[in-house]
Amino acid sequence: MLHAMRPLFLRGFTATSSIGRGVEQTLQSLAGQRSGLRICEFETVRLDTHIGEVAGVDTEELPPDLKRFDCRNNRLAALAIRQDGFDEAVQAGASRWGRKRIGIFIGTSTSGILETELAYRERDPVSGALPASFEYAATHNSFSAADFLRRRLHLEGPAMVVSCACASSAKVFSSARRMIEADLIDAAVVGGVDSLCLTTLYGFHSLQLCSAAPCRPFDIARDGISIGEAAAFALLERVPDTLNGDDVLLLGIGESSDAYHMSAPHPEGHGARRAMLAALSAAGLEPGSIDYINLHGTGTPSNDRSESQAVTSVFGAATPCSSTKGATGHTLGAAGALEAVISALAVKHGLMPGGVNTEHVDPMLTAHYLKRNRRAPVARVLSNSFGFGGTNCSLIFGRAG
Amino acid sequence: MKVAAYVGGVGVLGPGLDDWPGASAVLSGRRAYESRPTILPMPPLLAAAERRRTGRVVKLALAVALEAATRAGAEPAELASVFSSSGGDGHNCHEMCQALALETREMSPTRFSNSVHNAAAGYWSIATGSKRESTVLCAHDASFCAGLLEALAEVAVDGQSLLLVAYDVEYPDPLRAKRPIPDAFGAALVLTPQRESGSLARIEASLGCEPADSLADPKLEALRVSTPAARCLPLLRELAVQTRGRTVLDYLDVSNTIVHVEPCH
Repeated sequence: MLHAMRPLFLRGFTATSSIGRGVEQTLQSLAGQRSGLRICEFETVRLDTHIGEVAGVDTEELPPDLKRFDCRNNRLAALAIRQDGFDEAVQAGASRWGRKRIGIFIGTSTSGILETELAYRERDPVSGALPASFEYAATHNSFSAADFLRRRLHLEGPAMVVSCACASSAKVFSSARRMIEADLIDAAVVGGVDSLCLTTLYGFHSLQLCSAAPCRPFDIARDGISIGEAAAFALLERVPDTLNGDDVLLLGIGESSDAYHMSAPHPEGHGARRAMLAALSAAGLEPGSIDYINLHGTGTPSNDRSESQAVTSVFGAATPCSSTKGATGHTLGAAGALEAVISALAVKHGLMPGGVNTEHVDPMLTAHYLKRNRRAPVARVLSNSFGFGGTNCSLIFGRAG
Repeated sequence: MKVAAYVGGVGVLGPGLDDWPGASAVLSGRRAYESRPTILPMPPLLAAAERRRTGRVVKLALAVALEAATRAGAEPAELASVFSSSGGDGHNCHEMCQALALETREMSPTRFSNSVHNAAAGYWSIATGSKRESTVLCAHDASFCAGLLEALAEVAVDGQSLLLVAYDVEYPDPLRAKRPIPDAFGAALVLTPQRESGSLARIEASLGCEPADSLADPKLEALRVSTPAARCLPLLRELAVQTRGRTVLDYLDVSNTIVHVEPCH
């Protein structure tokens, strides 16, 4: 369905990934075209691959009353909301709207499953039981990510996790929009958090989708993804009466399903195309009014081919685009929110980040792929997120003035 | 503050509840409730190759989704969807964690593809050809109302007819000890923005702090309490008795969901 939507205001936003803690470091890394990808030395993983690991996650302490939520995923979330005054912005919002009028909608694909993977190594040799210390609901369960954050941020509105694989934390913007529009809430904390675990590292490896080298989206030699981890959040509200010129608005959201295959995109990107068209329609914009596209751009041969076809079918071959996954890795359920924040930074700072690691753009991919940063006013950005199960979501962000 | 929609069709499958007419007879007190292990049908809509790869979660979700769409007389491909499950496929998860605990760490690519929480929604989309928006939620014990609120907001705000599918399947040992869901239970509702010829009732939901309703039959109440998707049963009872009613459904520790039900006949 193509719906016109009322824009929403990003009152605050933050991102933490392998390229930085908070938006300042993230922006500096993007400006310097630096990658956070390193040879994988995570836990006991023995795979020939690169990963985007966030430093200092394991030393993050959760509040004493929330210790049962302790797992890598929630530690990463806890670390991230301390950056950029995000916690403070949420508390100011709670004072203004009331705690029951702020929803929290978080995307994750694997939540704290690492805890379960570790617990399975510690099973009782006789009974097979998991260790008594293992907390299913507060760590492994997908909802843990939202449940921990709503308690940490003292929010009492609607709360849930959206878990649509790698589109999860783009789709949370859509849930927030509908709940605000329905007047069930006045504001929403949206975002995503996904952290390194064996399930995704060995899982993507089993599908032969991981590159041994740092991933090279849109390169002729691209041969797979690099897995990363990230937490990124935004506080969404209705558009206030007064805005600054560099404030960022969410202008459009488009969603679709491929109805094609569980783990491969539609070869011509039909689902992706429908999501982008729906986002443009919701925003009331023509394709020509998008200045930059932050691609899903995972770096697998088929994903990038499919997305390039979809992009050129909507925008032609002139609109600059790039994938920031060469810098951050594919942060899976956090990718939508991380790239929403990168899109917001692009709008705010007039920076189209060039795709790092990519040397020779595949001539078969006709979208206008940026290898080098471009500094220019950016009024509107479209960001793509696609996931297993053929789930697609495109978001459009724009400058307020 | 309130979100509303019309219920066009219901699907149910769970222990001793074989379909909506059967569940409706039990919930309205016309038939005694006897719990029996849930038998899950092979998804008729899927191609043989895909059918072989689906686990209990996908079979359950597709069965109730198809029943609801069929009873509503809706074309599945035209419906958007909201899927909500408190935990996804525990059997698949168990197999993966077991493989990862071994030195060899041999992961099955099919298991990994099926491990995404949106597996059922993906197979539904492939089976029916639905290219509409679809979202997949988890809110642990609050998953049914999380799905209901998401679905009603989408119907109300976007004027979109959709399918709400709530489903949970038991975890195998040793996870079962940590998450003791006894058996598979699922329910699905087709929700439309306007009253249609086959509409059963108009439902209107808001958030409140009253305690949630329970069910008089102890065995049904045990099902409601043990299985997050079965937190919908008080709402299904209101739909079954077909009188004007009001029920409070379990949601979060800080709020419940109040639903007013107005029959269409």
